[in-house]
Amino acid sequence: MIEFRTGRAALITAAAVFAALGLAQPALAGKTLDGVKQRGSINCGVTSGVAGFSAPDTQGNWSGLDVDTCRAIAAAVLGDPKKVNFVPLNSQQRFSALQAGEVDILARNTTWTLTRDASLGFNFTTITYYDGQGFLVPKKLKINSPKQLKNAEICTQSGTTNEKNVSDYFRAQNIKVKTVVFESFEASFKAFFSGRCQAFTTDSSALAGLRNKEAKNPDDYVILPELISKEPLAPVVRRGDDEWFAIVKWVPNALLEAEEYGITQANADQLKADSKDPAVQRILGSSDDTGKLLGLDKDWAYRAVKAVGNYGEIFERNVGPKSVLKLPRGANNLWNKGGLMYGLPVR
Amino acid sequence: MPQSRQIWLARAAQALVLLVLALGVAWLVQHALGVLRARGVRSGFDFLLQPAGFQIGEGWLDFDAGQPFWRAFLAGLVNTVRAAVPAMVLAVALGTLLGIGRLVPHVLLRGLCAAYVETLRNIPLLVQLLMIYFALTQLLPDATQALRLGQGVWLSKSGLSVPWPVWEPGAFWPQALEWPERGDFNISGGAALTPEYLSVVLALGLYTAAFVAEVVRAGIQSVSAGQVLAGLALGFSPGQQLRVVVLPQALRVIVPSLTNQLLNLTKNSSLAVAVGYPELVSVANTSLNQTGRAFECIAVIMAVYLSLSLLITGLMNRYNARVALRGWS
Repeated sequence: MIEFRTGRAALITAAAVFAALGLAQPALAGKTLDGVKQRGSINCGVTSGVAGFSAPDTQGNWSGLDVDTCRAIAAAVLGDPKKVNFVPLNSQQRFSALQAGEVDILARNTTWTLTRDASLGFNFTTITYYDGQGFLVPKKLKINSPKQLKNAEICTQSGTTNEKNVSDYFRAQNIKVKTVVFESFEASFKAFFSGRCQAFTTDSSALAGLRNKEAKNPDDYVILPELISKEPLAPVVRRGDDEWFAIVKWVPNALLEAEEYGITQANADQLKADSKDPAVQRILGSSDDTGKLLGLDKDWAYRAVKAVGNYGEIFERNVGPKSVLKLPRGANNLWNKGGLMYGLPVR
Repeated sequence: MPQSRQIWLARAAQALVLLVLALGVAWLVQHALGVLRARGVRSGFDFLLQPAGFQIGEGWLDFDAGQPFWRAFLAGLVNTVRAAVPAMVLAVALGTLLGIGRLVPHVLLRGLCAAYVETLRNIPLLVQLLMIYFALTQLLPDATQALRLGQGVWLSKSGLSVPWPVWEPGAFWPQALEWPERGDFNISGGAALTPEYLSVVLALGLYTAAFVAEVVRAGIQSVSAGQVLAGLALGFSPGQQLRVVVLPQALRVIVPSLTNQLLNLTKNSSLAVAVGYPELVSVANTSLNQTGRAFECIAVIMAVYLSLSLLITGLMNRYNARVALRGWS
């Protein structure tokens, strides 16, 4: 009878497999906005800790430029900047997490490139930071340009545009270098600070923070002034949901416009009540209803500014003079102040 | 029920399960591809022919950023083997000594071997690997103050640099030796065993040795005491008893379990990515990120480890057939 029992067990298994397949219907990504409203929160993919962009403190509170972008969107969409679940993702997980619908927005200092834009099923929204790749080197090596790094070993993290940029740059210069590539960001800079490599490379915005926070003596290291790449960082959404794309695109633009027209977290209420400037009125929703066009309400941009401040305030708090990074505004200044930040008109 | 009918029923059921399983897998793949297409995600293995655009820090197979992805994967595979094979030799040699050491009458030696086994096998491999790596990079001198161990041999944070023959393009025999030299800020030229490589080999070898020791001990203890006494009666010395009487019989027990340990070691080598050693998984991770082809890159990793493991299993089974007791199956 043993054979018969095996047969029956096999039939039951077969039935179970069929049932499982039948149940495993494709989880069709519905309208992201509806999903977010139903859930009552936004899932925002961030780093597991890059100072100034997205990093948790000892109490688990997230802060950073990318974090504030998600908070502003939560304020605009759900009326509460706290309704964000921050999902820490490493650089290998980030794209799959967005593709699979685990996060609604990927605000994880991600560089906008053609390959990523055109082949991953994503839309990049609005550039929130213009970065570039730089080098950190020990001062005692007396290096002042990456071109002097002949035969050097360079520590970096895998799965980033950085790895490829290094290779491109030194190939173009016909200089031989050796890369030592680590899976985690922590391992890569720890190896550098222990003296394993003669240079460390990543986006220049992160270099200052690393030097100030991680080096035993920050003065022993210098950041080379030369940048070897363009790294426009932007929040990313899935393709195929234009409504959500528009919202994630326009909230950062509204924050830029707010800075341009002098609307701050502190004066937003007062300006909303008595500003006569039509542009200010439009942004704060005291005249036209721009929110309706986005599927939101009239006060969407007002709430975003109220929650995290305008772009300038976000910059200053997270990466600017008031932060540990102390980065200059540079390319991230407004277009009319010599920078590249050009907020599209909210009207 | 007649016997033949039962057998027929069982076979039919098995065939049905196999069919369902195949259909299920086909459906999953089809479905995944459909979803990817619907979401505008590119898929397929065509990227393997594109230039990789990233470098591979070290390895036996020269790799240039202009070469295609498939060659990068190959270089990664070669690096996996380059780390796994010496680690296997270390694990088997050290493990055998430790396993025998656990059975000697000498109390201190026995205790030390037991302590080694219990410590090493009870700490996660990743932790040991990181520990060895950071210890190496902390303890070794800076590349600017490299230790000269002899003519053209340097030890520093850049690793152990040794002279290495260079091949002219197209030549079969190497023409000259390239000597490592101290440059402005590090050692260049020659061949370097990097701290990444050394820590991977050491960690894999030392960790697996603890398991091999237990396998060897179990194998020796499986040989009945009468066999040893018989050896003694024939006037064999303790060494001869071990070599001539015990080990040949113990191997029958040891080899199948040892195969498992070697397979584990090979698969564990994927942890090397944590300390920056460019083996297969590291290369695949990078490729995955440059191209966004997650499915494909993971599939390559799976296929390669499966083939490697089957290869090792095949070799070990052949060896096992040689040591196994004849006439038994």
